[in-house]
Amino acid sequence: MTALGKLFRTTAFRLTLAYLFVFALCAALLLVYVAFNMRRLITEQITSTVDAEIGGLAEQYNQGGIRRLVFVIEQRSRRPGSSIYLVTSPTGDSIAGNIGSPAPGILDRPGWIETPYRRSEEKEAAENIALARVFILPGGFRLLVGRDLEERDRVYSIVTSAGRWSIAVVVVLGIAGGVFVSRRVLTRIDAMTQTAQTIMAGNLSGRLPVGKSGDELDRLALNLNDMLERIEALMQGLKEVSDNVAHDLKTPLTRLHNRCEEALRTAKTETEFRSALEETIAESDEIIRTFNALLLIARTESGGVRDNMTEFDAADVVRDVAELYEPVAEEAGLALKVEAAPSPMKGNRELVSQALANLLDNAIKYAAPSEEAMNGAIPEIAIASGERDHGIRLSVSDNGPGIPETDRERVIGRFVRLEQSRTKPGSGLGLSLASAVARLHGGKLTLEENAPGLRATLDLPRSIPAT
Amino acid sequence: MRVLIIEDDRAAADYLIKAFGEVGHVAEAAADGEDGLSRALTGGFDVLIVDRMLPKRDGLSLIGALRAKSNNTPVLILSALGQVDDRVKGLRAGGDDYLAKPYAFSELLARVEVLARRRHGRSEETVYRVGDLELDRLSHRVARGGTEISLQPREFRLLEYLMKHAGQVVTRTMLLENVWDYHFDPQTNVIDVHMSRLRSKIDKGFPQPLLHTVRGAGYVVRDSAR
Repeated sequence: MTALGKLFRTTAFRLTLAYLFVFALCAALLLVYVAFNMRRLITEQITSTVDAEIGGLAEQYNQGGIRRLVFVIEQRSRRPGSSIYLVTSPTGDSIAGNIGSPAPGILDRPGWIETPYRRSEEKEAAENIALARVFILPGGFRLLVGRDLEERDRVYSIVTSAGRWSIAVVVVLGIAGGVFVSRRVLTRIDAMTQTAQTIMAGNLSGRLPVGKSGDELDRLALNLNDMLERIEALMQGLKEVSDNVAHDLKTPLTRLHNRCEEALRTAKTETEFRSALEETIAESDEIIRTFNALLLIARTESGGVRDNMTEFDAADVVRDVAELYEPVAEEAGLALKVEAAPSPMKGNRELVSQALANLLDNAIKYAAPSEEAMNGAIPEIAIASGERDHGIRLSVSDNGPGIPETDRERVIGRFVRLEQSRTKPGSGLGLSLASAVARLHGGKLTLEENAPGLRATLDLPRSIPAT
Repeated sequence: MRVLIIEDDRAAADYLIKAFGEVGHVAEAAADGEDGLSRALTGGFDVLIVDRMLPKRDGLSLIGALRAKSNNTPVLILSALGQVDDRVKGLRAGGDDYLAKPYAFSELLARVEVLARRRHGRSEETVYRVGDLELDRLSHRVARGGTEISLQPREFRLLEYLMKHAGQVVTRTMLLENVWDYHFDPQTNVIDVHMSRLRSKIDKGFPQPLLHTVRGAGYVVRDSAR
């Protein structure tokens, strides 16, 4: 498509053309109306003066006979102007007047006639057109009185040609304006299209140019940019997930594979085979567990579990989860303190329970402090719920070793486990899921210093925002 | 016990038939939804195991058709879709239990046996007895050998569930689902800790233990003296 063709195909240009056509048509109709009426007005003026003059001349004839009429006609003929006069005898011979003999038959025609004439004193003069009327005087004389139409026609032609010119100017200016406007729009749209193409080509960090005027194109660009932002974040998440899946599933799968090979190679007795198989099953269960956790996080992040939202009191969730984990905490030598203030909210109860369970599970796993640090006191984990500002705050605090400030953001990411040796069980997905659950509800998971220890806080709105 | 497995994966079905056979149950397989439905209606099975995604007629519609014909054979739904909302959908369609793939056979067996027994269940009894252990569901009292045992409310519900299915293996997931109403994986072996607490209250000081751990499967309450 050529640049010009592209220009002509723009919406702005087509709109301009359509408006232009309508305006030009209106202007033309108006002009025709004005011109027509002007012509009619002038014609009416001519006929009424001619009528008056015929009346006057007939009066003269009635009073002074043909001699007087001829005298008056001669007099008037000498005055400059556009009037024409002719008096003929009953036989048709010209007696007086300022024009030569008219076209044959004219003198016998009744009513208004448009006739060509030639002024008698200027033989070489071109023929002009006059509007005239013939009046038959008593005695057979004919009186022709008329007015030259040149002036009327000139005015008419001036009006119509002015009209034609102005319409031509309107059309030219309109098309030029259309080209200008559509080129302006087109350059911006082209810039957007170009960016969109680079984005489609794989550069997801590209953003559409946004002008300063805040017009509809800018608003569109802003919204598209927000959309791109979201897509980029999702794609980034997807990439991270697949990287992590590749890493964290491949590792145990390799372990599984190696164990089977080793059993085939070295196991001799049935007991040895059996124990190798049992280990294999345990390992594969662990993989399934990790896989399920990943799937759940992915579904939570994509908002796919939004349907199961109910109203419930988060304090009940806190009490239930605490009750579930209390024996585990006790076994680990930790006291579990529950401070459940009423916290009515709307959300996915199962997921909130799981998020809280993960936080508590983490606290129990990692929070047991060294004996000397506690000086004989029983270390404590506190799980609490309560209303805070405009939402609900659920928190799990411990006074274990905590997490260094620099690692807190990172540890929420998938598969991150600070403990390098990986001796404690767990997929490293607990905090990621808690964070995904918080985001699903429009809330946030934060990790803070509990001096000593760590406080994990889930801030959730009372009800889920509409988006 | 007769089990009908409606599953289009031939290998999976064969594995199940063999596994059920080894523990003394009779299992057959149907490979699509239509065949499965007609056999379920005529075959007189104790339990149906239904895959959710089947050729010709999907699992949920099969269950719907079955229930519409007032056939109340217990149904366990097997599905690759393990999320909470899929589970709810399955149970709402008329399924009695739901198990996500992949699963351990011990888990499936425990659930199928509970379902089969439920038809002639003991839920209407008000007092459960196993050996010299007694649980009164109305007065919420538990006694062993005439000595009253004090239990926390959740411990009571745990024991109630175990005694309701006395002699049957119940898995950790079944306990988590039925006693706590949680459908997620708590990662840590929380159930084991609860069970060891319960055991210390029920069995401690008695020569004959009633609460047994079944390795690789779960727990069972059984009077082994008999």
